[in-house]
Amino acid sequence: MKIPMTVNGLPVEVDVPPLKRLLDVLRDDLGFTGTKYGCGEGECGACTVRIDGEVAMSCLVPAAQAAGTTVQTVEGLATDDVLHELQHQFLETGGAQCGICTPGMLMMAVDHLEHGGALDDATVREVLAGNICRCTGYVRIVDAVQRAGRALAPDEDEPRPGGAA
Amino acid sequence: MAERAIGTDVPRIEGIEKLTGEAVYVDDLPTEGVWFGATVRSDVPRGRIASIDRNPAFPWDEVVVVTAADIPGRNVIPLLKEDQPALAAREIHHAEEPVALVAAPSRELAARAAAALTVQVEPLPATLDAEAALAAGAEVFKRIEIRKGDPDAADRADLIVEGTYRFGSQEHVYIEPQGMQAEWTEAGLVLRGSLQCPYYIVGSLGALLDEPEDRIRVIQMATGGGFGGKEEYPTLLAAHAALLSRAAGHPVRIVYDRAEDMRATTKRHPGRVTHRTGLTRDGRIVSMDVDVLLDAGAYCTLSPVVLSRGALHATGPYDVPNARVLARAVATNFPPHGAFRGFGAPQTIFALETHLEECAERVGLSGVEFRRRNLLRPGGTLATGQDLGQDIAAEAVLDRALKESGFEERRAAFDAFNAQAARREGAFRFQRRGIGLALFHHGAGFTGSGEVTLASRAGLAGLPDGTVLVLSAQTEIGQGTRTVLAQAAADGLGLPVDRIRSVDPDTAVAPNSGPTVASRTSMVIGGLLLRAGQEFRAKVEAAAGRALPTSDEFCAEIARQAGEGPLEHIVQYQAPPGIHWDEEHYRGDAYATYAWACYVAALEVDTLTGETQVLDFTAVQEVGRVLNPVLASGQIEGGVTQGIGWALLENVQWEKGRMRNATMTDYIVPTFPDTPPIRVHFLEHPHDRAPHGAKGIGELPMDGPAPAIANALRHALGIHVREIPATAERVLSALEAGRAGSAPTPESRP
Ligand code: FES
Ligand code: FES
Repeated sequence: MKIPMTVNGLPVEVDVPPLKRLLDVLRDDLGFTGTKYGCGEGECGACTVRIDGEVAMSCLVPAAQAAGTTVQTVEGLATDDVLHELQHQFLETGGAQCGICTPGMLMMAVDHLEHGGALDDATVREVLAGNICRCTGYVRIVDAVQRAGRALAPDEDEPRPGGAA
Repeated sequence: MAERAIGTDVPRIEGIEKLTGEAVYVDDLPTEGVWFGATVRSDVPRGRIASIDRNPAFPWDEVVVVTAADIPGRNVIPLLKEDQPALAAREIHHAEEPVALVAAPSRELAARAAAALTVQVEPLPATLDAEAALAAGAEVFKRIEIRKGDPDAADRADLIVEGTYRFGSQEHVYIEPQGMQAEWTEAGLVLRGSLQCPYYIVGSLGALLDEPEDRIRVIQMATGGGFGGKEEYPTLLAAHAALLSRAAGHPVRIVYDRAEDMRATTKRHPGRVTHRTGLTRDGRIVSMDVDVLLDAGAYCTLSPVVLSRGALHATGPYDVPNARVLARAVATNFPPHGAFRGFGAPQTIFALETHLEECAERVGLSGVEFRRRNLLRPGGTLATGQDLGQDIAAEAVLDRALKESGFEERRAAFDAFNAQAARREGAFRFQRRGIGLALFHHGAGFTGSGEVTLASRAGLAGLPDGTVLVLSAQTEIGQGTRTVLAQAAADGLGLPVDRIRSVDPDTAVAPNSGPTVASRTSMVIGGLLLRAGQEFRAKVEAAAGRALPTSDEFCAEIARQAGEGPLEHIVQYQAPPGIHWDEEHYRGDAYATYAWACYVAALEVDTLTGETQVLDFTAVQEVGRVLNPVLASGQIEGGVTQGIGWALLENVQWEKGRMRNATMTDYIVPTFPDTPPIRVHFLEHPHDRAPHGAKGIGELPMDGPAPAIANALRHALGIHVREIPATAERVLSALEAGRAGSAPTPESRP
């Protein structure tokens, strides 16, 4: 089946079986290997992407369902070699260790930040509850998301966070 | 001279690649021309292979099939013992044992080929219980005995406290499953994979493939977590990929899916520890008798060394005048258990620190006071007789942890909270709170004479562009190896970190600096690189005939000399003076140095559902020297979280020797909401057995959470948790047993 999509701003078309996982289409057919496999059953979040601005686990999305959509993957976060604020904060705080959960984590968190989501601990942890990281213990990821959130939408009362806290 | 890099938050060297999706993990390699492999396994735990049947309807000419008969050399994956075949030939010793391999031009076809092969096995009775295995005379892969003082000392004790503590397997659940790609070239075999120990593979495949070692090259790809799970297992995968690639005449990639990875690969050793402790009425330990039994699974793999570390930590950071530790690892028909962060120590430390809480109660002391009376101080010795001089921080970490966690105040507050529980409304009536701690130490580096035997080599190469390349086989698997080694090299050289290149190892370039295990990378290899840097500078300056104080001058000279020919400096590990280890009697300096820690867990249990939520976690440790605070804290936080998982959630369920819950839906690891704030505090007393004074920290954080949580549950509920994971079901049935009046401490007696 011919499936046209826009991936990270690029119009593409693939010819794949309609039930092929979007995860595999992105990785094998289009070379966007930044999106990762961790479980294949919607439990780990490593494969998280955004489809038409909504987060989705790409291991659960059949290719046919992505036809005509706009997909954003981790490769679409940095622009012209400038890191997205969230990526920058992950680097500063140590939010990525082995890095395999990171692309999915970033996509989920970016979605939250772009929707202007709350930055308190409990909310951030709840929003990211479907993304599993086995390395970090989550502390630094929460920190990175909160810092990025504050930097992207600076509050009058809250000082813009600097480098190291 | 450049500012010192050690002790600063140098950002992770490969951080940007990992954040942009550019880092290349094995399954991200191009697929052009690559075939895909799949594994056909036994579904029974023990038996004889009758036949391997091919479905005649399948197009077998489109794929290749490999069985034991196709192995050119010896069918064995040598590790500590030569007992594990690459592919089972006649006998099956565990479920999921690989019997045949297939490779095909696509993943789908490979999967279909594997499904079209049926292994017929005549089942034989299997042993699926370590205790029964021992009783039936099954093979004991390793037996260790440690003795200190008078074996009859217990007779003089005022009272004896006994208890048996049990722990389950733990699955690594690195988020990137195991994967390996093999390719045969003119120069021999090239393996690219997700792995911790490239030279294990080089050293193991020669005899199997009938190839000289210098024709086996291993390149580590970005690796999505290891935790010990990618220490020994990737060798088996490498053997499989190499055999398939030779048969197919194409590069072959094998990547497990989650279910296969969970079922077939190694896990933490389950088992039990029995304590019998003699005490004086005023709370001093007179004697300790510890019996450790680990279930090794069907093949030996690394069980002897896991057992060894377990035995050496079984009496903890206490000055026990009379001790006997008997430890055994016994063969069963489970898939082999193997390396997992902590390597036996978390098991024995869980038992000890839970047991000591019971001991304290029996003599009417608080756990804190009891520990204070018995902990190791300068002048005391460990069970092996090791005298650590002044390199002891047991009391310092205890005091700091009490302070940072507000231990006594919170304990009192939780007591008040629990006392008022019955008066609260609704669901709140069922909440109980508890706080508990664990005091422990963890030997840094290889056990015993391991580091001497390894004789690791590492060094530096000057490059024509004036930068310096780190030469080591240490792997980055999340812990920050590349960054920390660059920091050590930079300080040795007196250069800023941005003049150092630190890459994933390739055995064609990297010398054998030993495996990335045992919290040894920062301490041992970091130390080697610091020294190599100093010597490298001296060498370059000597050749230049002058001092090169600025970085620009130094790098220009490196570029000049490297342009004329290879500019390398390799150094080899030398044991620090004064270390003696007697492997036969388990006496002496088991580790050159130890990290010390005290962890505190505060938690809330719902007595209606049995569910436990850790509210807050304090981790205080003395680690010699912190090389990179962000990375070091990250190691502690991650390890603590895995420890919380092992203590409360992670429950490997076995059914006829197979893992029944082999999905991430059914095997629960801690998620964001399950994980509390983790407060990490470091004490630094640089020691003199590594040039930078740092001790290993990777494994340490795995040791403390389980006993701290068990002790907090004791505080909250008044029940002794003697088996982990303390799942909701286990907590509920322990509570019921308590309510029914059966003694909550059945194993203790006066
Ligand atoms: S791979 Fe999609 S959620 Fe795990
Ligand atoms: S960084 Fe390794 S799984 Fe999250």
